[in-house]
Amino acid sequence: MVLNVNGAMHEVTVDPDVALLTVLRDYLNLTGSKYGCGEGACGACTVLINGNPTRSCITSAGTATNKEIITIEGLEKNRKLPPVQEAFLSTDAFQCSYCAPGMIMTVVALLKKNPAPNDDAIVKAMNGNICRCGTYPYILKAIQLAAKP
Amino acid sequence: MENQDHSQHPFEPTRDELPLRSNYHFELDRRKFFKIAGGGLIVAFVLKDLVSFADNDSLAESPSIAAGDVDAWIHIGKDGMVSVYTGKVEVGKNIRTSLSQIVSEELMVSLSSIKMIMGDTDLVPYDAGTFGSRTTPQMGTQLRKAAATARQALIEIAAKKWNSQATGLNTENGAVVNTVTKEKIGYGELANGQKLMMTISDTVPVIGAKDWKVAGRSIPKIDQRNFISGKHIYVSDMKLPGMLYGKVLRAPSYGSKLIDADLAVAKNIPGVVVVKDGDFIGVAAPDIKTATKALQSINAKWEEKKEHPSNSTIFGYLLKNPAGETSGRNSGTTNGDVERGLTEADFKHAVTYNIHYIAHVPLEPRAAVAEWVDGKLTAWTGTQRPFGVQEELAEVFRMDKKNIRVIMPDTGSGYGGKHSGETAIEAARLAKEAKKPVKVVWTREEEFTWAYFRPGGVIEVNAGVKKDGTLTAWKFINYNSGGAALDTLYKVGNKQVAHVRSNSPLRQGSYRGLAAPANVFARECHMDDLARLIKMDPLEFRIKNLEDDRLITVLRSAAQNFGWNVSKTKDHGHGIACGFDKGGYVGTCAEIKVNGDKEIKIVRITQAFECGAIINPHHLENQVMGSIVQGLGGALFEAIEFANGKILNSSLSAYRVPRFSDIPKIVIVLIDRKDLPSAGAGEAAIIGIAPAIRNAIMDATGKALNELPMLPNGSLA
Repeated sequence: MVLNVNGAMHEVTVDPDVALLTVLRDYLNLTGSKYGCGEGACGACTVLINGNPTRSCITSAGTATNKEIITIEGLEKNRKLPPVQEAFLSTDAFQCSYCAPGMIMTVVALLKKNPAPNDDAIVKAMNGNICRCGTYPYILKAIQLAAKP
Repeated sequence: MENQDHSQHPFEPTRDELPLRSNYHFELDRRKFFKIAGGGLIVAFVLKDLVSFADNDSLAESPSIAAGDVDAWIHIGKDGMVSVYTGKVEVGKNIRTSLSQIVSEELMVSLSSIKMIMGDTDLVPYDAGTFGSRTTPQMGTQLRKAAATARQALIEIAAKKWNSQATGLNTENGAVVNTVTKEKIGYGELANGQKLMMTISDTVPVIGAKDWKVAGRSIPKIDQRNFISGKHIYVSDMKLPGMLYGKVLRAPSYGSKLIDADLAVAKNIPGVVVVKDGDFIGVAAPDIKTATKALQSINAKWEEKKEHPSNSTIFGYLLKNPAGETSGRNSGTTNGDVERGLTEADFKHAVTYNIHYIAHVPLEPRAAVAEWVDGKLTAWTGTQRPFGVQEELAEVFRMDKKNIRVIMPDTGSGYGGKHSGETAIEAARLAKEAKKPVKVVWTREEEFTWAYFRPGGVIEVNAGVKKDGTLTAWKFINYNSGGAALDTLYKVGNKQVAHVRSNSPLRQGSYRGLAAPANVFARECHMDDLARLIKMDPLEFRIKNLEDDRLITVLRSAAQNFGWNVSKTKDHGHGIACGFDKGGYVGTCAEIKVNGDKEIKIVRITQAFECGAIINPHHLENQVMGSIVQGLGGALFEAIEFANGKILNSSLSAYRVPRFSDIPKIVIVLIDRKDLPSAGAGEAAIIGIAPAIRNAIMDATGKALNELPMLPNGSLA
């Protein structure tokens, strides 16, 4: 099958029922998206499919063909980070950071839809993402910073 | 499963939460150091001051250093790069950053010229592990002295070079400077051509916290950019050439015995390697789908153990299955006569507190990659104890530790839950058969089932108090939960404090703060109830009975910043708690609200924390925050459910951990004691949250919630 990931077409020989997360990580070496639960409950595997935040661990690769997939690796352009990641950098939000890629992809999708979300909207959009280190208040701060005009 | 796993994985964390250092004293060849690091200047920290730097004016090498005596070492290369070798590992607490700050401060070099080499058993000195909040007070202190010694040595070398007195020389930004002539020479140039090795003196002067320029500041996480852009390679992300993906067959329930297994189908799948060795059955395949398919094709017969307690019978089970009182550290104390103290009391109060088993849930599950080359095993694994895993591998594979290298890339958290080396053993066993590297990453279900838990327990407290607030008796017996923070911090003449071990039906081990969250919960709930009995303000009652000024300070600070004396809104309750653990002092206040349907909402938390001189204020605040948030889970809703030897909520949709919507307003007050040595902060900050919330609920409703978690359904109804 052919997958459009981060603006490039990738030919992959794999059963279409294999999880997109597995294809990204094991076949395309895009290991920024993480496994955390395998049931779409923690958000660590979040990627954008046609702009929508999607749990790649419960999305079969076959359903993602002919769609635009963006992973954490696709955010950086010409060695420049987008404002969302810059906001996280200056907030120094995370501890172990394993949840960071999934968090950031969810934020990217949120801010695209709602450039100035209030706290309730942020919590609603982010509630599917777990940070077991408990850095939520700093993540919230980074999102508020990224959302500033 | 009755110790079954303990024999497989010999290290049982709570039995020796601070295991003694290894006793090996083979001579350490200084060539080994230089072989690893290249030429230059090396300062090795040793426990004993084998060769006093002060007496060693020729700067000659020390004759020999026993390897078991080296805790960390610092190397300065001819490029001026400073390499710090330590057995500590980065689990997410940002010690890579704080330890770098300490070295930068003392050695007077920029952070960018410091490289931390951590948790690689071939490169770093033995270390028991990264736990117990010991990195900052112990490793931090050692590196501070090592860096100060290196700085002195560099001044001495420069003095020789310039034929001047060392007293007229200073250091700044990676160079020695002659304060008179203004001549300057970089560390790299000074180290170039040297093969110098020295030990540190305990008396080397170090920079006081009030004069810190790099330490004491909120330096951002080192390599943060790699982490937030998905470039950091965790073990679960690793891929070696030709690597296979491994899966292990699990028993249907704890204590099951393998009777028979038909491996024929699995063996016939192209590319699949199948291993059966005792009760271990595992497969490895070129991709995870094939490995999973191969595993599912195995028809195994198990004999399951019949009798198992469940989480609804566990507390009685723990009381009825004692395994003896603990001895040594954390074993408890007895003073005076508790019975007499109870008869002297105006009020007596006896309560049993129950603590459920909970899981660490590191977001990166256990993972390992193992590779055998010429009989030598290398295992990359996310563990808090690389040397412990090395020992486990040596035992399991009956081989010499020197042929085993364990490497720990910065891992996706641990919280005390990654002390053991299961995946390393499993990957190594499969890799040995496959003759190829093998990666094993546990599923969330495996992590929930086959790792270990924070122990469940029962804590019986019986206390007496006089009307004026004097404690007359304190009896505190902890069954199975553990001995950390067991003793009361309040003045009492008659007390009996003990920890009794039970035969745990679940595999149990370390957790953030060990048993401190449970013991402090029981103690602080009980103190609040006593205050209520004598109608004394809970804050005043605590302060009356406390002796430790540092504890009183955090308690007052929390109360003041919270507004303890401010009147409450209707249906709101205020609660307070305090405690001390592993060098950290914590005072916590909580406000809760009871809704019409008896649903409890946590409105806000104020927590004051003090652990000596602060090395990195933001990272400290982040640790305290993380403890509060993780503490909320254990306080309110986290509990392992089990029956018939199975875990019933082994997924993140069934086992609830705190999420964004669970977070109340949290105010953290850090008290910076520049006059006191820095202590660790990853654990103590978790102990105040549960009792503060419980006492707030009691305040609002008069209902005593004496079991953790308190509100599995979010409501009192």
